[in-house]
Amino acid sequence: MTTTSTHPFPLPPLRIAGFELKSRLVTGTGKYRDYETMQRALDASGCDVVTVAVRRERLVDAAGRSLLDFLDLERYTILPNTAGCFSADDAVRVARLGREILDSVDNPGKGWVKLEVLGDRKTLLPDPVGTLEACRELVKDGFTVLCYSSDDPIMAVRLRDAGAASVMPAGSPIGSGRGVANPANIQLILELLKVASSGGEPSYPVIVDAGVGTPSDITLAMELGADGVLLNTGIAHAQDPVRMAHAMRLALESGYHGLRSGRIGRKLHASASSPWEGSIASVVIPGE
Amino acid sequence: MYARPIARSIAPVTPTEELTIELNGRPHAVVAGTTLADLVARTLPNARAFAVEVNRRVVPRRELAERRVAPGDSIEIVTLVGGG
Repeated sequence: MTTTSTHPFPLPPLRIAGFELKSRLVTGTGKYRDYETMQRALDASGCDVVTVAVRRERLVDAAGRSLLDFLDLERYTILPNTAGCFSADDAVRVARLGREILDSVDNPGKGWVKLEVLGDRKTLLPDPVGTLEACRELVKDGFTVLCYSSDDPIMAVRLRDAGAASVMPAGSPIGSGRGVANPANIQLILELLKVASSGGEPSYPVIVDAGVGTPSDITLAMELGADGVLLNTGIAHAQDPVRMAHAMRLALESGYHGLRSGRIGRKLHASASSPWEGSIASVVIPGE
Repeated sequence: MYARPIARSIAPVTPTEELTIELNGRPHAVVAGTTLADLVARTLPNARAFAVEVNRRVVPRRELAERRVAPGDSIEIVTLVGGG
């Protein structure tokens, strides 16, 4: 007998303020060996939101190929980031420039920003003080702020209170491939932001952002209860980025459904899957 | 014999007078009267998705054609690139 899976468990979209993400995997567009590979990897990842950076136009090489020649702006919602900013002021400027660019191409991404204010070039860890300051300013300016943060639970609460539409704790440093380095902290963040009895709101979106190296990192983040995952390097720098993008997509689905299926408890002793009754084995079973 | 210098001294300001601005972090000479729209058209003929900031403030697209650059303006013209 053969059966075909009818895939009865589609993932519901993720809502962040006025935005609806069909895919919970948000994918970066940096570091690909070429734009064609990026295009195919984005397609394989199933994402509908992609992050981009804001940078100076190159005044020479005006004929050079541009990212936008390879991004279907009808298909993808662009999430501009403030990467490379080490002060709240610069992050706010970059966010406003990103909004202006996306307004000019009429992409829905003009309404939001992935805020990152970094503290140090070597670790790329967020500067919590600058992040909070910029978050407040951008919220005041009408942005939907998706806020990159460390995995500090109290910082996550402060950013939520400052009006961030989503807090995006790092699993581990950007591009490090170390996965979710401190699962307990991610759990605490999820509890504080999403569990009503802890002052949270179940629909508040928490996205694990940064550090993903391999699909099981995403599965773990989703099993912990994250609403989505944002990654770039884990796909872009894989030897086969397109296949890895596919694997990341499956990993996210696995974690999402795994969490909601009620896993078994961890036990010290085994529990046989085949019945003892009717066994023809004649030997004395050790441990009986 | 002396007509030329006198003529020069009463000549109106010519449209070729130059002023210096800072464009994307580098000194850049432009003709007086240049608008931001002119600047974009001349330096980035293929610019599609871009934004312009003057002295740390975004200048909306609809104002680019009216706004003239002033000496010492610090101007950034930015676009989108790959990022995470």
